[in-house]
Amino acid sequence: MKEAEILNIVYGLLKQVAPETDPSSLTLDENIRESLNIDSYDALQFIVALSEKLGVDIPEKDYGQTGNLKNLLIYLEKRLH
Amino acid sequence: MVNPNLTDYSKTYKAFDWEKESQYFNGPSAGLGLNIAHEAVDRHANGGLGDTTAIRFVRKDQKRENISYVKLQELTSRFANVLDRLGIAKGETVYSLLGRVPELYITALGSLKRLAVFCPLFSVFGPEPIFQRLSKGEASLLVTNKLFYEKKVEKLIDRLPHLRYIFLIDVEEDLSKKVLSFDRWMKKASSSFSIPFTSPEDPALLHFTSGTTGMPKGALHVHKAVYTHYLTGKLVLDFHKNDVFWCTADPGWVTGTSYGIISPLVNGVTSIVDEQEFDAMRWYQILEKEKVNIWYTAPTAIRRLMRTEMDPKKEFDLSKLRLVLSVGEPLHAAEVIWAQQAFGVPVLDNWWQTETGGIMIANYRSMEVAPGSMGKPLPGIEAAVAEIDGDGIELITDTEAQGHLVLKKGFPSMFRAYLHEQERYNKCFIGDWYITGDLARRDRKGYFWFVGRADDIIKTSGHMVGPFEVESSLMKHPSVAEAAVIGKPEASVGEMVKAFVVLKEGVKENSETKLDIIGFARKELGPAVAPKEIAFVQRLPKTRSGKILRRLLKARELGLPEGDLSTLEPS
Repeated sequence: MKEAEILNIVYGLLKQVAPETDPSSLTLDENIRESLNIDSYDALQFIVALSEKLGVDIPEKDYGQTGNLKNLLIYLEKRLH
Repeated sequence: MVNPNLTDYSKTYKAFDWEKESQYFNGPSAGLGLNIAHEAVDRHANGGLGDTTAIRFVRKDQKRENISYVKLQELTSRFANVLDRLGIAKGETVYSLLGRVPELYITALGSLKRLAVFCPLFSVFGPEPIFQRLSKGEASLLVTNKLFYEKKVEKLIDRLPHLRYIFLIDVEEDLSKKVLSFDRWMKKASSSFSIPFTSPEDPALLHFTSGTTGMPKGALHVHKAVYTHYLTGKLVLDFHKNDVFWCTADPGWVTGTSYGIISPLVNGVTSIVDEQEFDAMRWYQILEKEKVNIWYTAPTAIRRLMRTEMDPKKEFDLSKLRLVLSVGEPLHAAEVIWAQQAFGVPVLDNWWQTETGGIMIANYRSMEVAPGSMGKPLPGIEAAVAEIDGDGIELITDTEAQGHLVLKKGFPSMFRAYLHEQERYNKCFIGDWYITGDLARRDRKGYFWFVGRADDIIKTSGHMVGPFEVESSLMKHPSVAEAAVIGKPEASVGEMVKAFVVLKEGVKENSETKLDIIGFARKELGPAVAPKEIAFVQRLPKTRSGKILRRLLKARELGLPEGDLSTLEPS
């Protein structure tokens, strides 16, 4: 899967938990939760949905590696291949 | 192994006298009265703990920042002098709207030194909850940062006539005569401050809590609450000299103030404050690296740690950990048992609420733990289960019977008012008893067990959300005709906020409308309060007098019996 496709999925799922925001305006280094005002419950929903949509297992202990788009993409890249 | 401070619960409970505990405080005998900040900071700074770390901040980038008791004394004195200089008088309210950064703690304790009333706001609140709280508490001064100011506060200013000054912690120069630079004013202020004589009944802390019928209520606490902060630190958290303590709660909620700021300082131990939100690996690393002895956290966090499927004892050095405590909502028996195995130490649940100012019912190190139970009343606290009806209150003596959890009034940290709402305050008491609003039962061994709320208030992630506040906000959306909000049971957070919405004629019931309403509520209320789920309904069940029957919506949601429907409006 190409990076752009993954990003589109990420944006779509973030929009589900924070519909009032524009996830595509996030910079790569920005803290996703802080910038989109996502609490820990919503963050969990997002990761679970992402894991289901991409068909990759994202264990709780790795959640710390998914804080911004850059780290999230690196992490998903590793898990997808 | 360190011996517990409380060795014999029954004996201590029977012999307990609050006035004897006053011997711990050194303000009264020095003629200073009883001031929380003196007992928390100055006495230690001037005594033998000056160089001891009072608070260690773990910043987002994992950098450590130690503030000793002497340094904390200096910083809080500077802030008290700033308040003085600006003419903030005794009893005026100073608010913070900040994450867990040093400035929040300096504001809290500096305000108490100046005899101002301190009120912390949860930083993820949206503009509407912030406005409600600043307005009701007649905020004179707010400490925040540039981002929150621009995003959440600036547009409210015209509606807040009492708000005279706003400090921003991240600007170097004053922006106007009203919007000032925290650093600039702190630098100019003297680092020494003599706390004015403080009466134990002088107001100190204001915490907002949710109501079922109206907007949030401001529960007011006085300096004498420090008795409970001290005592629970000694008997429940079991503080010993040189302990390192970590309370994970945010000061925006009462736990994060009573136990994230005051109690550990009063007891002279070192407090850890992590600026970052929950992250399982980071939290385990902090427990290890900071050599935490006592850890006070919440069921939500313990459930998340369970999800990691790790054995933390094996992967981290947690040998310094002596005790884990939990509060916010009941920690279920299975979770207590998991945590005891995972950490290899006692895991003690306890119960209290904003109005009680400190822990009221607890499990103790020296007492057999009943997993899933709230424990037994703190020495000095009389708790009972009662039946309440139109005729008054009757204590239930049968064990195992369910009823209202009530506390005998008169303990030091009992709230003294709901700000400007005497009638609402009076309603909380019948005779000598404070009605907590929670339902409980007591077993034959004297342990209390939480059953649920007696009203419609939602308990989510350990904090309270008032359905009325959420409904009022939803009603402002152009597509919404009516709304009712309930707490839907959810495994990880206890309950989640769910809204039932009747749309205006012509509006389509589709996922776009749903997301639009959720987004609108998030913008107004913030993610901690806004509904996570919305269901469209054609009409809401109401009484004949037009009151929405939230309990019926909840029963239907859960597939439970609908109960007495005699007052239901015919459909």
